[in-house]
Amino acid sequence: MAKFLDPEAYRAQSADWQLLPFRFERINGRVLVTNLVGEHLFLDAEEFGQLSKGDLPADSPLVRRLRAKHVIRESGDDLPVELLAIKARTRYRRLSEFTALHILVASLRCEHSCPYCQVSRQSSDKGAYDMSSETAAIALDSVFRSPSQNIKIEFQGGEPLLNFELIEEVVATARQRNETEGKNLGFVIATNLALLDDRVIEFCRANNVYISTSLDGPADLHNKNRPRPGRNSWELATAGIQRVREELGVDRVSALMTTTRSSLGRVIEIIDVYVEQGLTSVFLRPLSPYGFAIKTKSFAAYDVDAWLPFFEEGLDYIIELNRAGIPMVEQYSAIVLKKMLTNDDPGYVDLTSPAGIGIGAIVYNYDGDVYASDEGRMLAEMGDKTFRLGNLHQDSYEEIMLSDALLGPLEESFTQSAPMCSDCAFEPYCGADPTYHHATTGDFLGRKPTSGFCRRNMAIFKLLLDRYESDAFTRSLFQTWASH
Amino acid sequence: MIALRGKATEVELSAPIARRVWKLVDAATLTPQRHSRAFLAGDDGQAPDGFDLYLSRSAASRPDQDATWLRLPEDLDYLSGGDVVSVSDDGERIRVLWRHQSHQNSILLTERCNHYCLMCSQPPKTREDDELLAQAFELLRLLPRDVAEIGFTGGEPTLYGQELIDLLRLCRNLHPEAQVHVLSNGTRFADPDFAAAWASIENPNMMVGIPIYGAEPARHDYVVQSKGAFNQTIPGILNLAQLGQRIEIRVALHKQTAPALPEIAEFIARNLPFVDQVALMGLEMIGLARANIPELWIDPTEYADELIEAVTLLDRSRIHTMIYNHQLCLIPRSIWPWTVRSISDWKNEYHAECASCNVKDDCGGFFFSAKYKVSENIRAIPIEGTQEPAVLQI
Repeated sequence: MAKFLDPEAYRAQSADWQLLPFRFERINGRVLVTNLVGEHLFLDAEEFGQLSKGDLPADSPLVRRLRAKHVIRESGDDLPVELLAIKARTRYRRLSEFTALHILVASLRCEHSCPYCQVSRQSSDKGAYDMSSETAAIALDSVFRSPSQNIKIEFQGGEPLLNFELIEEVVATARQRNETEGKNLGFVIATNLALLDDRVIEFCRANNVYISTSLDGPADLHNKNRPRPGRNSWELATAGIQRVREELGVDRVSALMTTTRSSLGRVIEIIDVYVEQGLTSVFLRPLSPYGFAIKTKSFAAYDVDAWLPFFEEGLDYIIELNRAGIPMVEQYSAIVLKKMLTNDDPGYVDLTSPAGIGIGAIVYNYDGDVYASDEGRMLAEMGDKTFRLGNLHQDSYEEIMLSDALLGPLEESFTQSAPMCSDCAFEPYCGADPTYHHATTGDFLGRKPTSGFCRRNMAIFKLLLDRYESDAFTRSLFQTWASH
Repeated sequence: MIALRGKATEVELSAPIARRVWKLVDAATLTPQRHSRAFLAGDDGQAPDGFDLYLSRSAASRPDQDATWLRLPEDLDYLSGGDVVSVSDDGERIRVLWRHQSHQNSILLTERCNHYCLMCSQPPKTREDDELLAQAFELLRLLPRDVAEIGFTGGEPTLYGQELIDLLRLCRNLHPEAQVHVLSNGTRFADPDFAAAWASIENPNMMVGIPIYGAEPARHDYVVQSKGAFNQTIPGILNLAQLGQRIEIRVALHKQTAPALPEIAEFIARNLPFVDQVALMGLEMIGLARANIPELWIDPTEYADELIEAVTLLDRSRIHTMIYNHQLCLIPRSIWPWTVRSISDWKNEYHAECASCNVKDDCGGFFFSAKYKVSENIRAIPIEGTQEPAVLQI
């Protein structure tokens, strides 16, 4: 039985380690190291010194950790490179199936008059701001040209239910067409629910349509954000949410919040409203820069710093809710964690690279104008048509998808080659947001040291990593979020 | 423990026994078939004519047919019609190849191996034993059409190369509905041609179980005592995955692997997320493991945290995960739902302490080899201990 050899016999023969692509960031005395595809590990300063100075021994616990995470390889060992390549391919596989989300602006009209909304119109003239059947038909041609096997058509506004006849028509036509197209076709109506009635409910049930609504938190906050005649936006929204849950199913309605300055300091109250409504996810969204940014060109760090404590308090509260057995997901964290802990990129339009504009989501405005993103449409309403890709009535699908207005910002904002992004440890978790950077700095790339986008996301990444490392429960919770 | 081999206590040869593999037939399972069939007579010695081989249990009367006959040792008296045995040409040595009442039949194809794992339960031998493969071909022809599960093990079955492929193709053709499981160290699949040959069997019910003992080469290669093994096993798994083959990853837990379990789980989740299942295996204190107790023994209670972390991560990564060979009293209740009663019936035993245990029926129990080393933390779970969810959801 003396045939067994000691561990030494199976170690690397020399300390001739080769570095694989990795990036790092110093955080509170430790060094975060991320590999090519975003797998992470924390090193202490001494360990990082060994790595960076090429001072690693032939074997040590550190060497084994670095090998396991594909940060270093033995000379001539192809397996780590092959595995990294597989993981990178997995991460980018979604790109060949582009444009899954198609936003149809059914009507710009709205019975709300929210101050932060740049697009809605108070008008009873159906002709002026509603999408016509003719425009919708061309939009559907474009929808079905997309290579993506999964197609979601989202009706937006204004308030899309003000042009419900068009929604009925589009859904019927799209479903009929899909009998030969064979896509995984889904529908969403983004509505404030004020106009929810029997006909809408019956239609959603018959066509498996999902409802996405707005819920900004407690009644006073929500109604202040969203004025309407009767001052009852919150009452109508929450009644609508409950009606959809009971008559269509709990999974058929989700809510998004708009964060305004009035929201700051009230995150726990906001989340409690979501719990009260029986919702199991909340999206703690940043303050919208659009509008303010356009006027002043200076939306940046100040607003982010005011918002971050809001997010942190909310995230910690949500973790505690889960610990107490109340299921709640923070959606933005879930998106980041999927990128952090798996090889998947959910392709979230505002946090993916190449950017999600046009290839993640595309917007067909009521008048046939095509925009690269919803924010691009908002900019256009304020006079900046940079992200207008063309018009359905004048331009072909090829002209729209290959337009400089789309390819330019996609290429210029690509994080893997963007200055300061390309060597950022968080690059695999982050994304390109050319619309934001154009709005705030005038170019698609932006200036990272003063970018509010960069500052906000870096802070979120650090926060999530800190909580992930902090205790076993949070780690398992985050793993659950990542696998959604 | 159930005996799987034994020596005949009496032998009467009419001629040297020409074939190795025999399917037993008794009065209850009698058919007109005679080829490859041996008759196992009842206690009264009554037996129909026409068989080339007759057997009697240890205390039964000898049948009066004038043919080759042998008497089973007492611990093989459990054999009955439908079981398959091999008999040496002198009639002396009997090996049980298939017990029809068991769901855990495992067909040994060779004792040779290109690895020499620290904890191997079937210590590798170097001598040629192709006869085992020939017997496996015979066995497959004798198994009933509706057999539910067939397991193949070694040694390293893939050392046979094309002959293994031929065997597995026969298995698919004769038993298309059977769940087929093959244990392999996976290195041979690094050869794309062999992986392609494997895939060409086209058996959607076939799964290969491949062990991984580290997230990087040094640990894995040490455990399997083969330099370069990791860098063949992982590409082998990738080749199989590319061909859409079903794969199980097995991690045997002992002192060399358990501390690295979270790291191994992370490696699997991130690099091999396509595998069909992961089995975390308690150590069987037999074979080479007995020789290496100082290097291998770790009380399962000492790696409870690592086990929880690994199971949680794999489960959250949507990888079907199972804990094999662990006694429930040694692992945290929160991960009981992942435990599987996996110890083969013929090796399974319980501790004296288990007599009063309330969850014994759900527990994996012990390998008979646990007599060589067992945790000091074995405790009967009392009734009040089951107030938490006691129903295992497997």
